[in-house]
Amino acid sequence: MSEQVFTNCTNAGPVSVYVKDGKVTRMRPLVAEEEDFKPWVIEAGGQKYSPPKKFAVAPYVHADRRRLYSEERIKYPMKRVDFDPNGERNPQNRGKSPYERISWDEALDIVAGEIKRVKDTYGGSAISGMTSSHHNWGIVGYKMGPFARFMNLLEFTPVLDNPDSWEGWHWGATHTYGFYWRLGMPEQYDLLEDSLQNAEMIVLWSNDPDTTRGTYTGQDSALWRQWLKEKGVKMVFIDPFHNFTAGVMEGKWISPRIGTDTCIAMAIAHVWITEDIYDKEYVKERTIGFDQFKEYVLGKEDGQEKTPEWAEGESGVKARVIRSLAREWAAKRTILSGGARGGEGGACRQAYGTEWARMMVLLQGMQGLGKPGRTIWGTTMGAPSDTKHWFPAYADLEGRVSTAHIAKYKPTNPTKQRLYRLTLPDAVLDPPVSWYGEGFCGQSLEQQFTHFEYPMEGYSEIKLFYRYGGSFMGTMSDTTKWVRMYQSPKLEFVVNQDIWFNSETRMADIILPACTNFERDDVGEWGACGGYTCHASSGCNYRIVVRQQKCIDPLWESKSDYEIFRLISERLGTEEEFTDGRTELDWVKAFYDSSDLKGMISWEEFDKKGYQIINISEDYKSTPSLRWFAEGRDCDTPDTNNPKRNTEKAKELGTYSGKIEFVSESLKANFPDDEERPISPHYIPSWEGHHSGMYKKYPLQLLSSHPRFTFHCHYDKHTDWLDDIPVHRIKKDGYAWWPARISSEDAELRGIQSGDIVRLHNHRASVLCIAVITERIRPGVIHSYASSAKYDPLVPGNADSPDRGGCVNMLTPSRMVSKNVPGMTPNSCLIEIEKWEG
Amino acid sequence: MSRYSILIDVTKCNGCYNCFLACRDEYYGNDYLPYSAAQPLNDQFWLKMKEIERGTYPKPKLSYIPTPCMNCETAPCIDAAKNGAVYRREDGIVIIDPEKAKGQERIVNACPYRVIYWNEEKQIPQKCTFCAHRLDEGVKLPRCVESCPTGAMVFGDLDDPQSEIAQLTVKLPVEDYHPEFETKPLVKYVGIPKRFVAGEVVFRGQEGECAPGVSVKLSGGDLDLETVTDLFGDFEFEGLENYGSYKVTVSADGYESRDIEIKMFKDVNLGEIVLEPR
Repeated sequence: MSEQVFTNCTNAGPVSVYVKDGKVTRMRPLVAEEEDFKPWVIEAGGQKYSPPKKFAVAPYVHADRRRLYSEERIKYPMKRVDFDPNGERNPQNRGKSPYERISWDEALDIVAGEIKRVKDTYGGSAISGMTSSHHNWGIVGYKMGPFARFMNLLEFTPVLDNPDSWEGWHWGATHTYGFYWRLGMPEQYDLLEDSLQNAEMIVLWSNDPDTTRGTYTGQDSALWRQWLKEKGVKMVFIDPFHNFTAGVMEGKWISPRIGTDTCIAMAIAHVWITEDIYDKEYVKERTIGFDQFKEYVLGKEDGQEKTPEWAEGESGVKARVIRSLAREWAAKRTILSGGARGGEGGACRQAYGTEWARMMVLLQGMQGLGKPGRTIWGTTMGAPSDTKHWFPAYADLEGRVSTAHIAKYKPTNPTKQRLYRLTLPDAVLDPPVSWYGEGFCGQSLEQQFTHFEYPMEGYSEIKLFYRYGGSFMGTMSDTTKWVRMYQSPKLEFVVNQDIWFNSETRMADIILPACTNFERDDVGEWGACGGYTCHASSGCNYRIVVRQQKCIDPLWESKSDYEIFRLISERLGTEEEFTDGRTELDWVKAFYDSSDLKGMISWEEFDKKGYQIINISEDYKSTPSLRWFAEGRDCDTPDTNNPKRNTEKAKELGTYSGKIEFVSESLKANFPDDEERPISPHYIPSWEGHHSGMYKKYPLQLLSSHPRFTFHCHYDKHTDWLDDIPVHRIKKDGYAWWPARISSEDAELRGIQSGDIVRLHNHRASVLCIAVITERIRPGVIHSYASSAKYDPLVPGNADSPDRGGCVNMLTPSRMVSKNVPGMTPNSCLIEIEKWEG
Repeated sequence: MSRYSILIDVTKCNGCYNCFLACRDEYYGNDYLPYSAAQPLNDQFWLKMKEIERGTYPKPKLSYIPTPCMNCETAPCIDAAKNGAVYRREDGIVIIDPEKAKGQERIVNACPYRVIYWNEEKQIPQKCTFCAHRLDEGVKLPRCVESCPTGAMVFGDLDDPQSEIAQLTVKLPVEDYHPEFETKPLVKYVGIPKRFVAGEVVFRGQEGECAPGVSVKLSGGDLDLETVTDLFGDFEFEGLENYGSYKVTVSADGYESRDIEIKMFKDVNLGEIVLEPR
């Protein structure tokens, strides 16, 4: 019975890992000593609210043991059989060639050799690479750490990420209320207390928090929503899909046609204006540009009054429902929950998604944003949470091995050329490409307006692509282009370094097996990302920093990412610069030393015990988000990166005027004539919606939300326990199919029954799914989650082949949010669906 | 004597499947003799989640019913077993002995809840054990209850008046799942979905306004219920009987009242009920 227990952390909760005879046998949510928990108490309505002493992790975390030992793990380094770095490379066969096992030495020699060759021939800028949006937990190993450290040494061309989950908020809402240091998401401090004490209604607009779970914070907040339900707080869900939070909370379901949310928002404003039921004092004191906005809503600008009847025509939602919602919203203290952490939601990932996000801020602006119960709150952050004790997180500069001050050597990259994730295939296949914006524009509003051209004068087009994890086939847009990109001879060499076989893995020339966080040492705080979402761990009932102890040795021939980069660096003569002479455990200790944890618990104890819970202090003072703004005070929340905080402008928002802008000063200054992101928001019919020409042939709208039982592509396919959950995949004839939810009306018209294999298609692609007939979807809309990790074309290597893995993103357009807004638009997607007889 | 039980509140279950996956993690590939042999990869759901969708667009309802072993007080699996292969512990937990039960496939079919599964490879029937091995080690909760984020599952001894579960079963409208099986399950439920009627009242000539505060009555069987439409003009009656015959009466001042007869073959969505002005 030689059982050992280790502590570790995942991207949705901390775990205790049980190991017997060198094998992981079980994983439980981390078992902590009872006395380490000091539950906070919120008093509201004569009741006391306090969390239980436990960690409510996300469901897939319970399956991490299965994922760890999955047969989908990459076990050995591999080489494409028809790739010869000294002879024929056969790039056109990427995606269909078989692979052969090679030794680490051979693999590393080829990789290092190719890096040298490309760098010498074309310069460092000919090397590019990219990570995926997420990685396994732990700051030492986290994607941008070792990857950036390594790539900066090569002077590569970085690929800027688009703010994929929250496009409209990033590119749009920032121009109404600032918060660019949060990439457009609002601060969320102490909003749980505010909601319990003050809320009478919550409008969850494009939000399914019981599914998206605050991104990293598991299910701790599920209990908060139960409390609110029990308290009698009314809930309204605006979503074409009757989502899972709606299912358990009940409440009113409003299902608009996709792309028309802005209409409903305009109509609500219309009711408030014409019935004089908005916070006029607040609008006068805390906002600018209202008069011009009012003109537009009243139809004086374009001749179209934005009445509820008009909105009904566009959205399909009855005018009377919009009217009643608007009146109740005005009369009762209503929280707007616009997306997972307050500023996300599928409604912002579509054509002109900026306009909806801007309207979300402006609507609450009309009702006194920041006043008690008048907030923008995702319902997944904002528990009482300590902010005095800092621990580095992966998005903090001080949380990455590539940029932290604890690094002795910090490689800087002199290359100025950039690529943009969304247009990467076009950049390779059909350059030049250009776009605006520095990816995650968290330093300023102006970053959104930086213009880029690729290739950039003085730099090379990319020849070597280092893909580090992930599966864009299921998560990016118009993804058949990625297949074509990989098959282009312009990419002379492609490496893929990953832990499991994902959708792009078998498109590489060399595949390198990496290991999970359970097979290496690291450290991480649950739910904390730092950087542009600082204090995200307020989504957890307790802050907990976990010493992520190595539980087992790397399986098969896998190595940690850090180790792989070290070995390549060694061959390139840059090992010392890459490692700083440190092992991964050395880095863990160095991060600990740089943090406030040092004063709370000794290294030896932390290393052994495995965790430290950081409770709020006795004198914790709550500072509800934006209350300071509503009351005309200096910002008193701990929002570290708010540049005006603690200055003489501390009463201001992050806009040019310091106020909520119905007419945006920043847009006026930079793109005054942009009709697609106008200085004051407009409703603009989607370029792929019910008014488009494409609609005649493809009259169904695809809704591809963030998934429920996988964390993007992290768990799907590698964790077959999940295939027993019908919401995730449904087994039929020996295959685990990805569900497509269809209304009974649409199914009957097409002769489709539940359990049929169906082909979702448009001119871009075909994807085979399994039909689930449900009453929970608006007729005219097909719901199928994004993030299938399985790209399984019927004809491997053929970009146009139907995929049966469920990568519905192949159907989505490459066209971006609008002319000057380079955001992805998966929810502006028209398709047809038919029973698949093949 | 004690009787361990789980109280499951269906209204709090959000269908996250934590319980199912935690159970799978505990038992897949792990023997805990003498109580249980390892759960295989396929076809066994010791914690089975039942998804129930009711109603029609745009008023659907979604419920999840987690079903572990019910630990019946008159367990048909004990009766169906030979050689004492299935027995009840002092604390009420019913155990299938993985060794003694070998070859006894009829134990699987004895369970009306269908929560016993046949392991073809090992030739044994298997089911949930309330994590008896963990309770013996002093751990307080089975994995499923431990993992539940919303408090939908409460575990404890029904015979301990101090326990949370004992106190809740007195306070709440507790029921058995499928009481007609008459096996006296120890696992108790709150909020198992029945049938519901929903509708939306609309005033003719005023379709641009919702109709809140309208009186809606439902009568039939031994029920005489009354409600008013909410701010959206919506109403609903829950907890109705299958095959029940009911009359729904909608009345508002200045309008002709309406009577609607319904028979509940399934949940009824009356859609828009338009009232004509008098």
